[in-house]
Amino acid sequence: MEMTFSTPDMWPVLPEIFLLGMACIILIADLFFDESRRIWTHWLTLGALAGTAWLLGGQMGDPAVTTFGGMYVADTMARVLKLVAVAATAVVLIYSQDYLKSREIYQGEYYVLMLTALLGIMVMISGSNFVSLYLGLELQSLSIYALVALRRNDGVASEAGMKYFVLGAFASGLLLYGMSLLYGMSGTLDIAELARWTASADLNAGLVMALGFVVAGLAFKLGAVPFHMWIPDVYDGAPTAVTVFIGSAPKLASFALFMRLLVDGMQDLHDAWQPLLAGLALLSMGIGAIVAIAQSSLKRMLAYSTISHVGFLLLGILAGTEQGYQAAMYYAITYVIMATAGFGMILLLARAGFEADRIDDFAGLNRRSPWFALMMLFVMFGMAGVPPFVGFYAKFAVIWAALDAGYLWLAVAAVIFSVVSAYYYLRVVKVMYFDEPAGELLRLQAAADARTVMSVNAGLILLLGVFPGTLMSLCVAAIG
Amino acid sequence: MPISPEALIFYPAAAMLICAALAVIMVRNPVHAALSLVVCFFASAVLWMLLEAEFLGIALVLVYVGAVMVLFLFVVMMLDINVAVLREGFVRRAPFAALAAIIMTGLLVWAVWFERLGLPEFAKPALRPEGYSNTTEIGKVMYTEYVYPFEIASVILLVGIVAAIALTLRRRGGTKHQDPAQQVKVRREDRIRLVKVEAEKNH
Repeated sequence: MEMTFSTPDMWPVLPEIFLLGMACIILIADLFFDESRRIWTHWLTLGALAGTAWLLGGQMGDPAVTTFGGMYVADTMARVLKLVAVAATAVVLIYSQDYLKSREIYQGEYYVLMLTALLGIMVMISGSNFVSLYLGLELQSLSIYALVALRRNDGVASEAGMKYFVLGAFASGLLLYGMSLLYGMSGTLDIAELARWTASADLNAGLVMALGFVVAGLAFKLGAVPFHMWIPDVYDGAPTAVTVFIGSAPKLASFALFMRLLVDGMQDLHDAWQPLLAGLALLSMGIGAIVAIAQSSLKRMLAYSTISHVGFLLLGILAGTEQGYQAAMYYAITYVIMATAGFGMILLLARAGFEADRIDDFAGLNRRSPWFALMMLFVMFGMAGVPPFVGFYAKFAVIWAALDAGYLWLAVAAVIFSVVSAYYYLRVVKVMYFDEPAGELLRLQAAADARTVMSVNAGLILLLGVFPGTLMSLCVAAIG
Repeated sequence: MPISPEALIFYPAAAMLICAALAVIMVRNPVHAALSLVVCFFASAVLWMLLEAEFLGIALVLVYVGAVMVLFLFVVMMLDINVAVLREGFVRRAPFAALAAIIMTGLLVWAVWFERLGLPEFAKPALRPEGYSNTTEIGKVMYTEYVYPFEIASVILLVGIVAAIALTLRRRGGTKHQDPAQQVKVRREDRIRLVKVEAEKNH
């Protein structure tokens, strides 16, 4: 065999290379910082994220390119999703600084593992080959398993980390099995070549089985019912500074994984995977909406609300139209904005010895910190889908896409479950504004930067809701 | 039908693999389970050899059997797991597990009946020409075509190291350890104190 190999084009991969380099530098540099100077690690990490965002922004207008022999693709969808993921990670770091200090996890490893998890997310978003997609997934998952269990003296966190690890490995197995079957039949690992193969493949039972395993693995990573069992325990057990991360940026990567595997790779088998996703979407919306009502822990409630939102996200994907994919991408991005603000509020309210993760802990927040009660109201109204907040437009777009695809019954179910879920979001608002606090009145005492970022973050929920066009046009440019 | 030499090796190895895999989850003693896993690795190495993937087969034996499983055995022996407690309730739950397994298998068989798999569409892979070396082929693509996943795999290993240290390193207070620098720098005055003792006056 003649060697035909040319040096790959490194320019599109520059953000990832920069991020990895900075992660290694921070890993070493942190060894020389003691606890009092750990703030330097914090600022270095934020600097790394700013640099990555700057590099990504510089490439925003470039045409779509693939490099490394088709292993890596940089298109507009990838760049937009990565930029949101980087921003979400930076916001999480700013929210969590005080929390980390009071929980004995103010360590350099937290920052390094956050960066490697983000790197995994970026690799997944840009993966266009089974191997790179899978390795990105593992990089992200392994970093997050460790982050969940980082607070090692906490039994609940260790249990959550262990559960996540075992179930995550199981899901990876399912996904890998599906991928290996697809490889066995198509003879390729490349997504673009897989798409060419599926165009002429007839749907035999082997292909259905492979598709089933792939969808099950993906659904597990996204947390769709019936593969959702890990979500409440992991969200609840993990330190809140980690929960806010798990609840945000990885959802973008899971969305990208669905897009790369099912849409880019197997669009021609759409009729086969559409009913699978319809079942997942219906169950997720239903279980997420109904079980969340019974929760007294805000973290658990938001975990079930995540499951419900995943169902709505799937509505857009299963529609199988460009309009549906755009709606799903819009939903994923707005959900990340709402989730960082929602979990972030718990972080801001927490202090040493007080987790602030029960709904009752928010009682009387309006009297203590009226501004942040208003911000929390934005988050809850946004998640409930009350107009004019951004959640309304996001839900509207995915339901419209499902209707267009002929899924009337699913659209009706989505509206019903959306109304059901409004109950528990509004309950939080009621507790904040009308309930008497049980204990002493604790004001929100977060640092100035965290307060500012929270105001911007929650303000975006209103702003993007009033002007949905800007973000939507970005999604249209990304997929179209 | 004449039996090819490959089939003569394949079926015993495959049967051994399945039996050993069952043994891993069925035996009572965790050490036996770990040893069954070793047998699993050997049997899969044989299957890989049959697929002309000799490099992977040898790497599996060297890395997994030689290093990973030995470490694993150490851990199992040190942990002193009480298996009896772990297996409590096994008999009580067995019928439900069996029912779930039968339903799952039934559904799979129903969905994927042998003829519907579309096996005839996939031809048997042709044997490689003589002199073909799997190791050379892997070496050719490892750092060229697959350099991107290779680098990501290295980052995953780095994360593994960082995570393992972050989760297990414990700085305990009150441990006694020597600092060679301090030992070297020590002066006579630090260790010996000359005390001038007043001569005792005898009365």
